[in-house]
Amino acid sequence: MAGTAPSLPPLDVTRAPAGGEVGPLASGWRLALREFARNRLALIGVGTLVFFVLFCFVGPLIYHTNLLSTNLTEANSGPSASHLLGTDNEGIDVLGELMKGGQASLEIGFLSAIIAIVVGALYGAISGLAGGILDAVLMRVVDVLLSIPFLFIVLIVAVRYGASVLSLSLILGAFTWLVPARLVRGEVLSLKVRDFVSAARTAGSGRWRLINRHLLPNAFSVIIVNVTFNIADAILAVAYLGFLGFGLHFPNYDWGDLLSNGTQYLLDGYWWLIYPAGVCIIVTVMACNLIGDALRDALDVRVRRR
Amino acid sequence: MTGYVIRRVGTSVIVVIGISIFTYLLLHAVYPSPARIVLGPKASLLAITTWNRQNGFSGSVLTQYLHYMNGVLHGNLGYSFKLNQSVVALFSERWARSAWLSGASLVLALLIAIPLGIYQAVKRNSIGDNVTTSLAFTAYAMPDFLLYLIVIQVFALTFRVLGYEASQSTSVFTVMGDWRDMTLPIVSLALLIVAGFSRYMRSAAMDTLAQDYIKAARAKGLPERLVLYRHLLRNACLPMVTLVGLSIPALLAGNLIAETVFNFNGLGLLFYNSLQNEDYPVLLAYTLVGAVLTVLGNLMADIALTVADPRIRLA
Repeated sequence: MAGTAPSLPPLDVTRAPAGGEVGPLASGWRLALREFARNRLALIGVGTLVFFVLFCFVGPLIYHTNLLSTNLTEANSGPSASHLLGTDNEGIDVLGELMKGGQASLEIGFLSAIIAIVVGALYGAISGLAGGILDAVLMRVVDVLLSIPFLFIVLIVAVRYGASVLSLSLILGAFTWLVPARLVRGEVLSLKVRDFVSAARTAGSGRWRLINRHLLPNAFSVIIVNVTFNIADAILAVAYLGFLGFGLHFPNYDWGDLLSNGTQYLLDGYWWLIYPAGVCIIVTVMACNLIGDALRDALDVRVRRR
Repeated sequence: MTGYVIRRVGTSVIVVIGISIFTYLLLHAVYPSPARIVLGPKASLLAITTWNRQNGFSGSVLTQYLHYMNGVLHGNLGYSFKLNQSVVALFSERWARSAWLSGASLVLALLIAIPLGIYQAVKRNSIGDNVTTSLAFTAYAMPDFLLYLIVIQVFALTFRVLGYEASQSTSVFTVMGDWRDMTLPIVSLALLIVAGFSRYMRSAAMDTLAQDYIKAARAKGLPERLVLYRHLLRNACLPMVTLVGLSIPALLAGNLIAETVFNFNGLGLLFYNSLQNEDYPVLLAYTLVGAVLTVLGNLMADIALTVADPRIRLA
């Protein structure tokens, strides 16, 4: 059939594409960003998250409170001018506690998500690239770990070792890298047979360079979407640990600890001890979920509007 | 199909063995031996060594693991030194209550989520759909215990129509009949499950609605109600089979929180109390049982799907 191939005109590289011709308009990332910015819910999510980061980390610089010494004469007093959200059972300002508790919740959320994604992405990339028996073994390990109920195993380890922000992040990260590992492996499996990977191989790239420079950057859209959901899950998990009383140890505490402390006063109607912390958790987690959903829509070329 | 089932069971067995090894090693690293708990902080090294040897906590980790697994295979999940009872006895006292809480919530959740998802798909982007989606999204971001605290505050403390504590009876039949105390835990746990399930049901129903056989059914003049009942419902429910099978870990975790907040004496509360007491054998046994249930759930979901879906069965 060699003779039937149509003869193409020689490619004229000096001519700019005329109107109506298809040419590269914007890079994939810029398109994705534009799509993301068009999504109203996503912008609300980003705004909310920025607000909470400012609230927790900049707030204490503006709203000064004494979080260390108790003041029993002012215990459990309702919202007032001097204590905008009232005080807890030890007379400590609730708004100030929310800021400090939020620092721990957000730090653990971000840190554990980063740990999970770094470990998971490397593991998944190695597994996908290696293929064969190594891939099968590595993935069965993921199957095994995924079958162990997450909350149980995290609780068991956190009871002993979860006292500080760093250790709790490590524990949560150590049990949440499994899903990203699976996702990245799937992505790498489809990427590694593409031409640019063969080209890089032919040019003499080693395995690490292949993973670092070619496979992971191209799997980035999967990774970044997963990070946002991981942050949401981690903030919730910390809240569960704190609520059950097996999370951080004083003087560290998170929103879940505050809520747990407030539940003793459910009968007394001290709503400011429960609902502000609850609202903080819900709104932050929701913001992360909204951002994640929007990122997925923006990065998925199939759903992207043209 | 038999070949597929056998292969699937084979991988599950391997995964279960892996789970037992990992869980045992991890818990062994966290709590090496309950000797200190049993004999007290002032026990001599000799007493501890002797106790360890007598109770299968001496020798290499591998020996101890094999000793433990030998017990498990003979129906002995260990002994709770804190509660002075065998773990099997502790579990058999409580499992029926936990199963009732989880089972009733799951069934209720399915009864709500399936029609709700179909309604949302049929009336997509209507006010009803948007309101339901927002509610589901909020519930999805909500820690379980916050919903429980809210319903306790509203229904048990402010309006005093329902009990703030789950039924304390030891007989599961009394628990089943005690709607006043069990309504809050069951319904609120069900609502949290609905938040996740209805999203899947909505997208499954939307996928099904776009299929040609729905168009064909409509084109031949079938009333809309029959299109939904005969053609949409059964096909859209297929992904739910998988979802229910995969929801076992979430159910166990939900159980743990619900039983703690409502003080319901089931397996979840036992786990919570064991965490506080550092009651290692109970924690190990319950984690193992939970993991095995998870694997079984996945396996059942896969097999049920092959039975339910002829496209998979015949492929």
